[in-house]
Amino acid sequence: MLTLTSPRETVLHRWPAGLKLALVAAGSVVLFQLPMAGVAVALALAAALALTLGLGRDWLGLLRLLWPVVLVLLAWHGLTGTLAQGALAVLRMLALVGLANLVTMTTRLSDMQAVFLWLSRPLAPILPPQRLALAFALVIRFVPVMLLRWQALVLAWRARAARRPGWHIYAPAVLAALDEADRVADALRARGGTA
Amino acid sequence: MERNLTHIALFAALIAVLGLVPKIDLGIGVPITAQSLGIMLCGTVLGAKRGALAVLLFLALVAMGVPLLSGGRGGIGLFASPSVGFLVGFPVAAFVTGWVMERLRGDVALAAFNASAIGGIIVLYAFGIPGIAFMAGKPLAEAAVGSLAFLPGDLVKAVLAALVTQMVARARPGSLLSRAQDAAGNVEAS
Repeated sequence: MLTLTSPRETVLHRWPAGLKLALVAAGSVVLFQLPMAGVAVALALAAALALTLGLGRDWLGLLRLLWPVVLVLLAWHGLTGTLAQGALAVLRMLALVGLANLVTMTTRLSDMQAVFLWLSRPLAPILPPQRLALAFALVIRFVPVMLLRWQALVLAWRARAARRPGWHIYAPAVLAALDEADRVADALRARGGTA
Repeated sequence: MERNLTHIALFAALIAVLGLVPKIDLGIGVPITAQSLGIMLCGTVLGAKRGALAVLLFLALVAMGVPLLSGGRGGIGLFASPSVGFLVGFPVAAFVTGWVMERLRGDVALAAFNASAIGGIIVLYAFGIPGIAFMAGKPLAEAAVGSLAFLPGDLVKAVLAALVTQMVARARPGSLLSRAQDAAGNVEAS
């Protein structure tokens, strides 16, 4: 499955994932203290960084997903006569999301997973890291499988009905997930279990 | 043990799939994204603990940058958008939905609707509205009024969750883990 990590290797790819995440966390705390001008500078810096790394196009593409939110926020603040506050909220959101997206784009899924597994270490007695890692892998593997199952259900519906598939299709999808869970559990147990 | 893990993982995948497939037209002119339906179903089918864990697993992968959130979104940036409150509320909503479901007896559909409405709407909004207010720079009351726009769609989803849960209960009575103790006569050892 595709991730949002950029295949183009950049300097930031080599930074430790934990450090990048900590920097974004710190950056977001700072951003909430800054006035409008500071937030605008932060956004410009994030954009400049994306451009310098050669990720400008993908970075903008990810940020563009936010345009409906931007529109709603500006319209809402415009109606209540607080447009300046609205502009600040929008700029801050774009700067925060832009910075965070940079981390997402420059960190491999495996590195990101390592951070999560590291963070989960205090839970080791009740949640062994290898079981958590297996759970991550299972979800990543089974999303495409379940998407195919969904498409098969849609085709089966189309073969029988003139109407477009309705909500009835959710029930067999849930049943498919339950059955698949039983089969995968059997398969895991047959291979020695999750220990 | 394996069965617990695979149910949690497969339902995390199900939440993702429900958000990625094209919107279903309900014939009343409101196409809906089904991701929050997936959250409700995690609670009504898997129960409180497993349902919440499935949602947490899903959110962890989204945060890592796997584009599983509706519309193919992903990455930690989402936690800086106005929907952050809803994301944080998702696992709690699934837990409360499951908790209520495990305690309500009688008609499965009615129990699933009530559980979904309490967990998937009331509890979820309790997290989502402050999130909007904080990120949008708006007072709570205004954010609450703005969120009312989503209420009809979410009520429809609670009804769907009820119907789907009932169909699952009929097809696989033993698989409705939120009620496993009914079918087996004793509390299932986890």
